[in-house]
Amino acid sequence: MSEAELKAILFDGLREIAPEAEPEKLRPDQKIRETLDIDSFDFLKFLIALNEKTGVEIPEADYGKLNTLDAMLRYLGPKV
Amino acid sequence: MPFDSIHKDLQAMRVTPHLVGYDQTRATHSWEAVRAEIQGLRSGGLNLAHEAVDRHATGVRANHLALRWLGKDGSVRDLTYADMARGSARFANVLRTLGVAKGERVFALMGRIPELYLAALGTLKNVSVFCPLFSQFGPEPVFQRLSRGDAKVLVTTKALYEKKVAALRERLPALQFILLADAEDDLDVTVRSLPKLMAAASDEFVILPTSPEDMALLHFTSGTTGMPKGAVHVHQAALTHFATGKYVLDLHPEDIFWCTADPGWVTGTSYGIFAPFLHGVTNLVDEADFDAERWYRILEEQNVTVWYTAPTAIRRLMRIPGEPRTQHDLSALRLIHSVGEPLNPEAVVWGQRALGLPIHDNWWQTETGGIMIANYAAMDIRPGSMGKPLPGIDAAIVKRDEHGIEVITEAGVEGELALKPGWPSMFRAYLHDEARYAKCFVDGWYLSGDLAKRDADGYFWFVGRADDIIKTSGHMVGPFEVESALMEHAAVAEAGVIGKPDPLIGELVKAFVVIKPGHTASDELRMELIGFARKRLGPAVAPKEIAFIDSLPKTRSGKIMRRLLKARELGLPEGDLSTLEND
Repeated sequence: MSEAELKAILFDGLREIAPEAEPEKLRPDQKIRETLDIDSFDFLKFLIALNEKTGVEIPEADYGKLNTLDAMLRYLGPKV
Repeated sequence: MPFDSIHKDLQAMRVTPHLVGYDQTRATHSWEAVRAEIQGLRSGGLNLAHEAVDRHATGVRANHLALRWLGKDGSVRDLTYADMARGSARFANVLRTLGVAKGERVFALMGRIPELYLAALGTLKNVSVFCPLFSQFGPEPVFQRLSRGDAKVLVTTKALYEKKVAALRERLPALQFILLADAEDDLDVTVRSLPKLMAAASDEFVILPTSPEDMALLHFTSGTTGMPKGAVHVHQAALTHFATGKYVLDLHPEDIFWCTADPGWVTGTSYGIFAPFLHGVTNLVDEADFDAERWYRILEEQNVTVWYTAPTAIRRLMRIPGEPRTQHDLSALRLIHSVGEPLNPEAVVWGQRALGLPIHDNWWQTETGGIMIANYAAMDIRPGSMGKPLPGIDAAIVKRDEHGIEVITEAGVEGELALKPGWPSMFRAYLHDEARYAKCFVDGWYLSGDLAKRDADGYFWFVGRADDIIKTSGHMVGPFEVESALMEHAAVAEAGVIGKPDPLIGELVKAFVVIKPGHTASDELRMELIGFARKRLGPAVAPKEIAFIDSLPKTRSGKIMRRLLKARELGLPEGDLSTLEND
């Protein structure tokens, strides 16, 4: 999967949780949850959906690592 | 009983708990004796901030670590009791300079940063009233609370101000000053830099005489009908905070205490600020939100001894396979408590197995100001039970009908959980709403709105809410507030909002929406409505799910039957339909 495809999946997933948000405007190092007003439960739902779409297993213990777009691409990129 | 009792072995405990014999402590408890354990003001009366901070700052604990703050970015800030006394004095002087008087309301809308704690204590030193708001609220809940609470001052950050408050200013004529905790310079004469004001203020402040009955804290809580109501608490609440810090949290001088709740909710104020400071212990504050790895690391690295958290977080930790103790040294920890919603027995037992300690559930509400029913360090736990009433608190299961209140003495019978009024942290009013306050008290009982039962040995068990209030992630959400926001959308004719049971967060906010003619129920509209509600209400209040429905079930007098919406959602029996008007 290309980075662009992965990004599209991430943006779709974020819009599913926060339809009013514009995830494509996120800077690579911006904290996603704070910027888009996503609470802990919604973020969990987002990551579960991400797992379904990409097949990448994301254990709860790693959730804290996925706080920016950059971090997500770094984490998921090699695994998809 | 499906879960065995968890027996406590006093001999095996590192620290002997304050409360050893429950019945005996109950029999000998007096609030006068608790009052004698704190100091009182030299100038007369009792001030919560004096007891929490100045009392220690002028004594042997002056250089004891009061607040250890862990920043999201890994930074650490330490404040001793002497630092806290000086910092809060500066804030009190800032308020005095701005002409903020006794009884006037100072709100806070910010994350968990040190300034929040100094603002809370400084406000109380000035005998003004502190009202914390959850920073995840959207503009509409913020507006409702600021306007209903007569906010004169709001302490916030640049980002939150711009995002949630700036556009509300015209609707809030009484709001005179905004103090920005992270602004280097004033924006204008009303939007000021807090660091600048603090730097110019003296770090000495003599607390004015404070009556124990002077208003100290204002906490908004949701109702079934109408907008949120402001529960008023007085300085005397210090006695409950102190007593529960002793009997329930079991705080001892060298403890490192971590309450994970945000001060925007009552737990984060009573136990995230006051109880640990009243006991002069080290209060740990983490700026970041829940993150399993981070939390285990904090417990380990900070040597947390007493931990007060919530079922939602515990259930998240339970999702991680394996044994946390093989990766983290949790040996400093000796006591774990939970509140927010009933803790399922599996979680209590999980604590015992995975963390080596059972989790102590307790029960209380915004209105009660402090823990009322609890499991105690030295008392056997019945997993799933909220425990027994605090010494000094009389609780009962009651039945209410048109004749009044009947106390149910028979064990195992469901009824409403009621408390005998008069404990120090009982709310003294719903601000500007005497009628609603009066309705909470019947025949000499405070009626909690929670349904529960008591077993033959005096343990209380939570059953559910008697009304439609939603408990999500441990927070109360009023359906009316959500319905009102949805109805502002051009496509929405009506909305009915319920709490849909969820295994992780207790209940999630779900809205049933009737759309206006000319609009089509579609996935696009559903997403648009979710986004619309999130923008107004913020993620803590906005619905997580929306379903379209042809009409809402209503009573003949036109009230939405949310109970019926919920029963249908869950496929449960619909119950008494005699008042149903249509469908």
